[in-house]
Amino acid sequence: MAFKQETLALSGCSITLKRGGAGQPLLFLHGASGASAILPFMEDLAQDFEVLVPEHPGFGASDEPVWLDNIHDLAYFYLGFMEKLDLREVLVVVASIGGWLALEIAIRNATRMRALSVVGASGIHVPGLKKGDPFMWVGEAKMRNLFVDQTVPDRLLAQEATPENTEVALKNQFTTAKLAWEPRLYDPNLHKWLHRITLPTQIIWGENDQVLPAGYAVAYRKLIPQARVDIVPQCGHLPHVEKPGLFAKLVREFAGSL
Amino acid sequence: MNILLFHLMPYADLDLEATKDYPTVWTTLPNSFYDPKKGHALYKRYLDELVLGETMGFDGVCVNEHHQTAYGMMPSPIVIASALTQRTTRVKIAILGSALPLRNHPLTIAEEHAMIDNISGGRLISGFVRGIGAEYHTFGVNPAFSHERFHEAHDLIVRAWTETGPFEFHGKHYHFEYVNLWPRPYQQPHPPIWIPSQGSRETIEFAADPAHKYTYLQTFSPIKTVGRYLQMYRDAARQMGYTASPRQLGWASMVYVGDTDESALREAGPHFEVFRNRFLKKPVEMLLPPGYSSRESMKAIALAKTDITGTVDAKRAVDMGMFVCGSAKTVRETLLRYAKEIGFGNLLTMLQFGTLPADLTLRNMQRFAEDVMPHLRKASKEIYGEEAIAL
Repeated sequence: MAFKQETLALSGCSITLKRGGAGQPLLFLHGASGASAILPFMEDLAQDFEVLVPEHPGFGASDEPVWLDNIHDLAYFYLGFMEKLDLREVLVVVASIGGWLALEIAIRNATRMRALSVVGASGIHVPGLKKGDPFMWVGEAKMRNLFVDQTVPDRLLAQEATPENTEVALKNQFTTAKLAWEPRLYDPNLHKWLHRITLPTQIIWGENDQVLPAGYAVAYRKLIPQARVDIVPQCGHLPHVEKPGLFAKLVREFAGSL
Repeated sequence: MNILLFHLMPYADLDLEATKDYPTVWTTLPNSFYDPKKGHALYKRYLDELVLGETMGFDGVCVNEHHQTAYGMMPSPIVIASALTQRTTRVKIAILGSALPLRNHPLTIAEEHAMIDNISGGRLISGFVRGIGAEYHTFGVNPAFSHERFHEAHDLIVRAWTETGPFEFHGKHYHFEYVNLWPRPYQQPHPPIWIPSQGSRETIEFAADPAHKYTYLQTFSPIKTVGRYLQMYRDAARQMGYTASPRQLGWASMVYVGDTDESALREAGPHFEVFRNRFLKKPVEMLLPPGYSSRESMKAIALAKTDITGTVDAKRAVDMGMFVCGSAKTVRETLLRYAKEIGFGNLLTMLQFGTLPADLTLRNMQRFAEDVMPHLRKASKEIYGEEAIAL
């Protein structure tokens, strides 16, 4: 399935947007590692959906607008983004910090969303559940700790560092720090308003997530009672990368149940 | 040349064997390795060493700020500087520096420094730093905003020192309805401001700005690096329309004076190596969190594939001019050569470093004060013309 990339200007900021497939719109909001490349799960889902993959302001080839200071700025940006593209009944599939972002959007205005599929979302703090600290992980551990199946990081780490991909990695890390350094990976106010989310919601979590342990799925379920929880066995923080086939199957199942 | 005594106050009693498998002595080394009784003795010893600096003729004594580390026992340099006001009468007291972005209320820095300036009768030199990368983990302060917070806190502090209050201050990170400093600083318009740094163009241009003319200090670096950055300051000043005075330039270095070059390296080498290879060591993720340094320099480091956190032995450090160590003759010739080649009006000597024990520190201080300092003072008069640069 071929994806096409375009540039979209909004709020004084140009971002990249990749589109592929046809059907009900599916908006993927990426996490800390950005969305420079089309991944297998996107190709897979593009067989049934029109998949939209923007790179957030501050990530990848998108601009770094002066107004970007925190996750709320991004949430308001995406409200404008959905209006500009006139997205309706969109299935929002989101991972990690992208999950947190989607929850921030949804508590503000979810009228353009059909449903939420949330993977390993940061955004809340659960006392007693020890998180990992990706900002402290050293060298290869930054990549390896994200996966159970180490052949995935083996492959990713084998890619040579070029000035271009190093620049993108540093840019992504910088914006991630802006959003998530303090408080570390959450907004202390978000949990108070998650009850506003009445959309059908799916929570997907890697059983062996070392960033946010799978207990976070249970905590989110308490805050969004209608949510269904799908735990992916033998899987780390990024089920959509580590087990793309199973992940796409879970999203299809959820979308089919709506 | 102004010659100052700089102390880092390391926790020199750290059990090096028991802690050798920890990746760093910063932030995550359990504080069970700190023994308060030993700490008490070290504070007493180090304060005595700084006080002795006045008797021995140094122009100033210098302290700094570091958090959650065996590297230094001064999370608050304010406390040590306050103690020094009561045990010295003549020397300048330099806080090098207070880490502005780490405070949520930088007005407290303006207050504390003003108090020390008043108590000491105008002997304070006020240093401003951003804190090191690891300290952004310690305080949770977002390194992505480190530069913004530094500049905003700097503006707030200088305005608080110099403007009649009350006035409002509304920045991006700091907001105050009533800025009205009591006490105001003793020195007018405010204490001298020094900027210690490991070197960056941005910091140098900030310090050299004609509105600032802050003294820039290159800290613990190979001499080539010292030369490059001090030249960068002079060039920046020239581009901004003036000639930088030597008093605007400084270098902080570890110095050890022994009987001979061989005995000096034998005595001091192992203690230097504990400093360099244990106390200073951090993974790059702690050294350079996102946004702490410019993206260009982070990229250069990432692509260079060299381990910037690697070890350096004492001999190599001497060869690279990051450690001045030898007989009195060698040390004075080395320092004079550097002074002539590079030109710095302020030399900050660290005569205790790493695990260097009390007896060797004392001998080092005596030899430096007797056999090196007078020669430096005499020669520097010829190089700089002393009146122009005196503190």
